[in-house]
Amino acid sequence: MKKTDALIIGAGPTGLFTAHQLKLIGLDCEIVDNLDKIGGQCIELYPDKPIYDIPAVPECTGEELTNNLLNQLKPFDIKFHLSERVEEVKKEENNWLVKTSGGNSFLTPNVIIAGGVGSFEPRKFSPKECEKFENKSLFYSVKDKNIFNGKTVSIFGGGDSALDWAIELSKESHVNLIHRRDEFRGAQATVDKMHALVKDGKINLFTKYQMANVHGEQTLESIDIKHDNDEIKNLKTEYVLGFFGLIMQLGPIANWGLNLNKKTIEVDTEKFETNQKGIYAVGDICNYPGKLKLILSGFHEGALAARACFKLARPDEKYRFEFTTTSTNLLKRLGKKE
Amino acid sequence: MAKITYITSDNQTHTVEVQNGLTVMEGAVQNDIPGIDADCGGGMACATCHVYVKEDWFNKIPKKEDGEDDMLDMAFEPKTNSRLSCQIIVSDELDGLEVNIPSKQA
Repeated sequence: MKKTDALIIGAGPTGLFTAHQLKLIGLDCEIVDNLDKIGGQCIELYPDKPIYDIPAVPECTGEELTNNLLNQLKPFDIKFHLSERVEEVKKEENNWLVKTSGGNSFLTPNVIIAGGVGSFEPRKFSPKECEKFENKSLFYSVKDKNIFNGKTVSIFGGGDSALDWAIELSKESHVNLIHRRDEFRGAQATVDKMHALVKDGKINLFTKYQMANVHGEQTLESIDIKHDNDEIKNLKTEYVLGFFGLIMQLGPIANWGLNLNKKTIEVDTEKFETNQKGIYAVGDICNYPGKLKLILSGFHEGALAARACFKLARPDEKYRFEFTTTSTNLLKRLGKKE
Repeated sequence: MAKITYITSDNQTHTVEVQNGLTVMEGAVQNDIPGIDADCGGGMACATCHVYVKEDWFNKIPKKEDGEDDMLDMAFEPKTNSRLSCQIIVSDELDGLEVNIPSKQA
């Protein structure tokens, strides 16, 4: 079990700047994020889209913002736990015991939820029956491509993931590629390559079709796909892969006894604390009168929550407000003074 | 101003007046109409404000721009009359528009 002064859930811009504020005032922290990379929505949803309302930064992309925040964290040693979702938060005397899907557990007086609109999860097929085969013969990501050798794999989707896997698996497997329209949104070179493989008979392409049903008792035997004109086709297949991108789900946060308002968590505006002492919410996921879902608001909220953490992490010390321009303490922490 | 009717998957109808210049998504969110999540807040980055537009209206309202169909690929049960409601801008011409909200957004 790891002990830390504060655990941050979410490695988006708000989580990153909150970590900066915690370290600056002398507290330890670790960050958990369900994505496999740092940056949250900025990286997952709009890495290339310019943002124009970060104070003193006239224009930057989601990716640039993330990189700048990481640069700002360079003086500090912060542990990231990526591809892990926080599953459980339980009270243990004066601390919170936090458990993740990756088997990590943390004991901390402070939990800061900087979770955006929740954790990113793969979007799934709509027919309920698909759940039965999930992680057995129906997957939303590929862990070991060798299991598909010599088998028939039906791949759904129109982006780079679907196209890349259709091309890759066509070497050793029989590949069906199914997409809801004729146009693909993947890179043009990849789309061209896929069409060439279709021409050579290496990939069977079905456009304007979507998943309608799955058949099989213990193991998957076939699937029904439905055309825009309602015609149904049955395809024999041993595996199904779906690539429909990611969606944000509140997930286990809903079970932690916090006051929720739709998909957001209610907080006060002094500490950004929830109804549970020592659990804070900052950034897009928090809610209070006048809340603005702007990155700059997340920075402010994180700075205040960090000061609140100090009281619980250092009950015997008094927090002293200092400026980075003049404080020897802060400059030492920043590595600017011996 | 336009009267917009939102029909939820359980056939509840909600008719509200929406100001010109707002999007059909904003009209739903501001009036607490259930079923339109709009997780990304109108950035055409999440496909959780997905609606079905009746055929006559579908052809009347401004067409999809680049990128909307790419996001619709990820929507829950997209159909040929699917739109992202954050991309439909309300004007007087849209008075009487009816949209159906899917049973889920994800």
